[in-house]
Amino acid sequence: MTENVSQRQGLFVQFFGWIGRLVLELFERVFFIYRLILDSLYWTFAAPLIGKGLRLGSAFDEMVKVGVNAVPIVGLISFSIGMILAMQSAYQLEQFGATIFTANLVAVAQTRELGPLMTAIIVAGRSGSGIAAEIGTMKVGEEIEALQSMGFNPIKFLVVPKLLALAVMVPCLTIISDFIGISGGISIAVFSLDLGFGRYLSATIFALVFKDIITGLIKSVVFAVLVGLTGCYMGFKVEGGAEGVGRRTTQSVVVSIFLIILADAFFTSLFYYLW
Amino acid sequence: METSTKTEAIIQVRNLVVAYEERVILDNINLVIPRGETTVILGGSGCGKSTLLRHLIGLHKPESGNILVKGRDITQLGEQELSDILRKVGVVFQSSALFNSISVGDNVALPLREHTRLEESTIQIMTKIKLDMVGLSGYERFMPSELSGGMKKRAAFARAISMDPEILFCDEPSAGLDPIVAAGLDQLILKLKKALKMTIVVVTHEMASMYLIADHIIMLNGGKVIFTGTQEEFKKSQNDRVRQFIERRPEEYSEEEIGRYARALTTDSF
Repeated sequence: MTENVSQRQGLFVQFFGWIGRLVLELFERVFFIYRLILDSLYWTFAAPLIGKGLRLGSAFDEMVKVGVNAVPIVGLISFSIGMILAMQSAYQLEQFGATIFTANLVAVAQTRELGPLMTAIIVAGRSGSGIAAEIGTMKVGEEIEALQSMGFNPIKFLVVPKLLALAVMVPCLTIISDFIGISGGISIAVFSLDLGFGRYLSATIFALVFKDIITGLIKSVVFAVLVGLTGCYMGFKVEGGAEGVGRRTTQSVVVSIFLIILADAFFTSLFYYLW
Repeated sequence: METSTKTEAIIQVRNLVVAYEERVILDNINLVIPRGETTVILGGSGCGKSTLLRHLIGLHKPESGNILVKGRDITQLGEQELSDILRKVGVVFQSSALFNSISVGDNVALPLREHTRLEESTIQIMTKIKLDMVGLSGYERFMPSELSGGMKKRAAFARAISMDPEILFCDEPSAGLDPIVAAGLDQLILKLKKALKMTIVVVTHEMASMYLIADHIIMLNGGKVIFTGTQEEFKKSQNDRVRQFIERRPEEYSEEEIGRYARALTTDSF
């Protein structure tokens, strides 16, 4: 009887111990993310004002890596998405003899939704994973500690240039994606729907309002920061050699895309109901 | 303890305790590192010597205790003040820790570019001098991945001394290198000490290298300091663990312990 009770107590303690550890771990993570965001904000906006400098040089290097080098793949995917959108819309609109509204559908869907979303997903796959791998490898190779031992702040040196580059370049890529996506729609309209270049283009311009493009760009800045922070977080969390780098890199892509979709749902509903 | 009274202490560690969760890594450490000498921190694997080094350069904050570097307690300093102290400290990491995305020359020049307002031409010359010093003249444009293990270590030395530090820390300088290259690094440490008059702290378990470079020896075992003194005193020490280290004796187990271990391995009940 007594043995039974002590056994049950043991299980009890084990259970609460398990919950306690989970909660502690959660707190630790939340605190780490909180510090990462706070430090990034400090080193981006406050530190340069009090003369602690901003590494614009490496931010420009990062912009080339994240932005300029991504133009071909963003272009290719956006053109295909534009074509697909045009074909799928035309399939329905043909039944009503309203194929000209393909222009409206492609333009609005591309600028409000698919341009920012596809660009962010490409950047998450290309650069988010790259950031996680770079910082993770640096952590494994004691490079982060070397930076600290020289009196450098890793947030200022590694995180801020990447975040800045992403926040500037992802909206730029989104604008490119919008243009190329609409061109993809035009190519289908001209070659297969007999709509005529001028007619389709004027319908597009007529359909688009300023708000469509702006909401898309606001979303893309948010996506950019999410991708950057996730990549950096995963990089700093790497432990245990090359295997750890691989695991965190994969996680960074999965988590980035998840957060992008979540933020997309939030902002789209915000713009839909409130603006 | 003769050395510590003779010369002034540049680093003093008082009652340092480091623990990760339940496990105590460093248990009430007290030690003194004299200025201008080469101190070797000896100890077996897992004795806490690398952990001690990481605390001496302020990478981690200890559970309790004080670390005084040039009279200032680095465990109490804010980031900016710590950064100011670290400018006068050079560190050579075990894995060299060169920044792989920039060239060897840029690695050496980085602290100068960030911490000083020197002109680029001056920085170039200083970089060249430091690389000459470690025997890597003409390697400015190489990327770290193009260097061998020993050359990477030398480049790491060049980067560590680029700001003319007062204290140079080396974590296992000969780890993973062949004896010839390792001996070359010992010579480099001797040369740097002579040329730059630095305080050098080397963490190692290599006895040969220790005999060559050490003025002052600190030995750790199980998170405690078990010996401090000169080479002469070290050789004469009667401490069991020190003798074991000098005589290169393996860990001894009694017949009974070995039997018990063997039984535990062969029976399937855990």
